[in-house]
Amino acid sequence: MEKIDENITEDTIEDVVIALQKPSLEQKALKKSKNTAMVNNIITAVLGIVALFYVYPIFMIIINSLKQESAISTNTAFNLPTAATFAGLANYVHGVTQMDFLSSFGYSLFITISSVVLIILCCSMCAWYISRVDSVLSKVMYYLCIFSMVVPFQMVMFTLAKTADTLKLNTPFNICIIYLGFGAGLAVFMFTGFMKSMPIEVEEAAMIDGYSPLQMFFKVVMPITKPTTISTAILETMWVWNDYLLPTLVLDIKKYRTIPMDIQYFRGSYGSVQMAPMMACIVITIIPVILLYLFCQKYIIEGVVAGAVKG
Amino acid sequence: MEKSVRRYWPIFVLPTLIAFTIGFLWPFVWGIYLSFCKFQTVNKVKFIGASNYLRVFSDNSFIHAFGFTALFTVVSTLTINILAFFIAMLLTRRIKGTNIFRTVFFMPNLIGGIVLGYIWQILLDCLLSMWGKPLLALDAKAGFMGLLILMSWQQIGYMMIIYIAGLQNVSPDLVEAAEIDGATPWQILTKVKIPMVMPSITICTFLTLTNSFKLFDQNLSLTGGEPAKASQMLALNIYETYYGRSGAQWKGIGQAKAVVFFLLVVVISLIQLRATRSKEVQA
Repeated sequence: MEKIDENITEDTIEDVVIALQKPSLEQKALKKSKNTAMVNNIITAVLGIVALFYVYPIFMIIINSLKQESAISTNTAFNLPTAATFAGLANYVHGVTQMDFLSSFGYSLFITISSVVLIILCCSMCAWYISRVDSVLSKVMYYLCIFSMVVPFQMVMFTLAKTADTLKLNTPFNICIIYLGFGAGLAVFMFTGFMKSMPIEVEEAAMIDGYSPLQMFFKVVMPITKPTTISTAILETMWVWNDYLLPTLVLDIKKYRTIPMDIQYFRGSYGSVQMAPMMACIVITIIPVILLYLFCQKYIIEGVVAGAVKG
Repeated sequence: MEKSVRRYWPIFVLPTLIAFTIGFLWPFVWGIYLSFCKFQTVNKVKFIGASNYLRVFSDNSFIHAFGFTALFTVVSTLTINILAFFIAMLLTRRIKGTNIFRTVFFMPNLIGGIVLGYIWQILLDCLLSMWGKPLLALDAKAGFMGLLILMSWQQIGYMMIIYIAGLQNVSPDLVEAAEIDGATPWQILTKVKIPMVMPSITICTFLTLTNSFKLFDQNLSLTGGEPAKASQMLALNIYETYYGRSGAQWKGIGQAKAVVFFLLVVVISLIQLRATRSKEVQA
């Protein structure tokens, strides 16, 4: 919250500075700004209403997850919980135990972290080689990576699952290798785009100082690529954490379930779904994501912009 | 320098190359081969030529899914981009609360497709039954609208962020020059701003087009293709052909469908990139 306020004041200060810089236009600007101010207030009000509708679906899930199962029907779903229908955290306890949510959360977390770390490490190294060495291998790798970004997952889903089975890459502990393979395209593409624009002189100087390529990569190149590393890590995290089909096909669903698999399994396997625990599970699934977003908002939004500009 | 780096290729390139071969190259090549085969497990594969492809085009569910997907892609791409651009225009006017609005509109992107689908299924089913209409799973039109609302809700924020970045890069000098020349706000929008943010438009249409065309998770969780496959999109149709039908012929047909699907994605992406790139201008 503090951050947002800071930004607003920064903006207003900027406004003032701009206004001071143009004294000749002051009169005209003053009249215009009065009009604009009114229009802007109306826009703020309209957008405020839209924003309320925007968060409503999440709000509705939260209030219903606090109600007793019997109190949720199509007519009452929009009501706030009352003293009689309030269920406290019972639904959460029920949902968490029934879904074995904690182990799913653990698997999801482990898979996401291991995959993203592996993708960042291997792909940045690969991208550096591609951007600094002019060989057939670099060219082939680069174009294959671009190509792989266009291919829909359905094209490889069956054969990929079979390959993973054969190579025993079908547990949460080594599925990151599959993710590295399928996620390499975007990461290599983004890193190469940045590294090609990096001045080569720094690296040449390091070379003269006697750095080996490996030392140079970790001590010189990695620090410079930090912004791209963050952007790529965010895009890959959003993908791996929410991915449903790949882990469903590769992992053994009876032994290991990630969070998206858990939600789908929970919903699909019961005749009549118990709505309240289901909503409680949805809430505990999205709360960590939203918290993370509120804390790292700046990086996430910058990551999206950077990814788009290069994509 | 190049020489010494080149010698290190086993360290720099090999790990990615091996994983890439396992995770993409080999499955891709194998997948193309299997599309010409009849198989149920990978141990019993019989080469049968192009007959899988002939059966793909005589499969009505596939044709219907193609029509549904194509319509959905066009409608959702237009809706998402127009709304996102409009909101981005509003949010670059230095109005109060810009940061809060940006935060709120972007948020749904972080929630996964499966979860989003169920959130909207609950909400829309409640609304529909309150109005005395059939539920999502019983009415293909409601399913289509539901998917459209869901996708707009999810994607507008993402595209908005890209458009805001594009609009902020339009130099104020250009706009001011146009104002001095007596251009109306509408002329400034269509003759100055839109040509200047064309790169953002290229990217956003590309992303929305491919996202909608390849949509799977949201389709599976929101409607599951019900009623009777009427709201089934291509990706779900392929999945269902593969894993939902018994019979020795279906896996081969599913793989052939996947190859057709892949070719469609490539063709659409190329056409779109060419069409919008040609409209990009230099400042």
